[in-house]
Amino acid sequence: MLRTNLTHVLSEQEHAKLLQENENVMICCGRMGPMCIPVYETMEELENEYKHVKFADMEFDLPDARVIRNLPECRTFQGLPFVVYYKNGKVVKATSSIQSREQITEILDQYFGKE
Amino acid sequence: MEAQNHFDVIVIGGGAAGLTAGIYLSRAKMKTLILNEGAIGGQMVLTHEIANYPGVESISGYELARIMKAQAQKFGCIIKSNLKITKLDLKDEIKKVTVNNKDVYTSYALIIATGGRSRTIGAIGENEFKGKGISYCATCDGDFFQDKEIIVVGGGNSALEEAVSLTKYASKITIVHQFDHFQAFQHYVDEAKAHPKINFIMESKIIEFIGDEKLEKVKIQNQRTGEISEMKIDGVFIFIGYIPNTEKLEGIVELNDWKEIIVDKNMATNLPGVFAAGDSIAKRFRQVTTAVADGTIAALAAAEYVNNIKKELITAEV
Repeated sequence: MLRTNLTHVLSEQEHAKLLQENENVMICCGRMGPMCIPVYETMEELENEYKHVKFADMEFDLPDARVIRNLPECRTFQGLPFVVYYKNGKVVKATSSIQSREQITEILDQYFGKE
Repeated sequence: MEAQNHFDVIVIGGGAAGLTAGIYLSRAKMKTLILNEGAIGGQMVLTHEIANYPGVESISGYELARIMKAQAQKFGCIIKSNLKITKLDLKDEIKKVTVNNKDVYTSYALIIATGGRSRTIGAIGENEFKGKGISYCATCDGDFFQDKEIIVVGGGNSALEEAVSLTKYASKITIVHQFDHFQAFQHYVDEAKAHPKINFIMESKIIEFIGDEKLEKVKIQNQRTGEISEMKIDGVFIFIGYIPNTEKLEGIVELNDWKEIIVDKNMATNLPGVFAAGDSIAKRFRQVTTAVADGTIAALAAAEYVNNIKKELITAEV
């Protein structure tokens, strides 16, 4: 399990449930690596600011993480973490490799709006 | 100046130097605030394994940063991260830092420990293919290039060390370096040269990254002849050093030609009460240990400076 304070998605079932129960979802799929940790930290800090968005992580090496690894939107990705943004269960944006707080908030504002 | 937002010392930056300064200052009972624009740990977090930190046989950069942060907080240091510093007023006796265009923090002394960031090539297509063939972290992304052909750009210790580590995954590695010699220590050079999977293109630079949805080839220019060639490639790892995060300090503190902060032996800048430490200062070796040493010196010097100011204030009152 990833050592973050985010909600951990551990299976395909949990992934499906998360998308079913939340309109706006951001999942960071990675490892405890240098490019991933800053993204988790940013997400932890944004949880209080974007209460209408569910923030979660999923360990890249879990077999069930194929629900993210095999997304068509991620097929060209070659850099961790894979970050996927869902609205009403549909992927609206996906990014590869480290992203800054500004890049993340720009996406959140564009697709989920400000509360 | 509001008492709750006034500190003895403000530290800008939460990497090894900044956190060390936070530990020393808080332990010396200085009211200390660390303001950090990125994630806590700075460049240290980008290091998968630190095996040369004295007293610790092996630790991840993330774990070391986490411990340093907890240590600073245990002594009472306040840490605010992932914010944007929008204004610095450092010339007067009371230093002012404006954050997110609204919150103002003041202090008697200030330590700049803004660190550095990975240097990018600046070639056409570099931003477009980041995470889609271009990487700055071998330990993070190496396994995406299993049995693939890749380029490593750079000629320093990081480039040659990471090139050798990437041989675990890649079938062939080409090191592209702009000079005719390497800056890396000789043992790294020898190890890379002896490896059957590694070959070299010297005196050359990548000038363009090309692909459709992901990186497919690069244009390489020979720096001596100007000749441009194309090379099909699956991935490029870039390790060409760091640049200091000092853009906001231009015209405020004295910088050298490389935009590094000039400090004296006490880590003091040209401005009274303003100190600097870590990867943002002018120095030769950039290691966690040297950042920790810089942070210690800056903290002790800043504490002395603050104590003198407080003594003067008391004397003035009497």
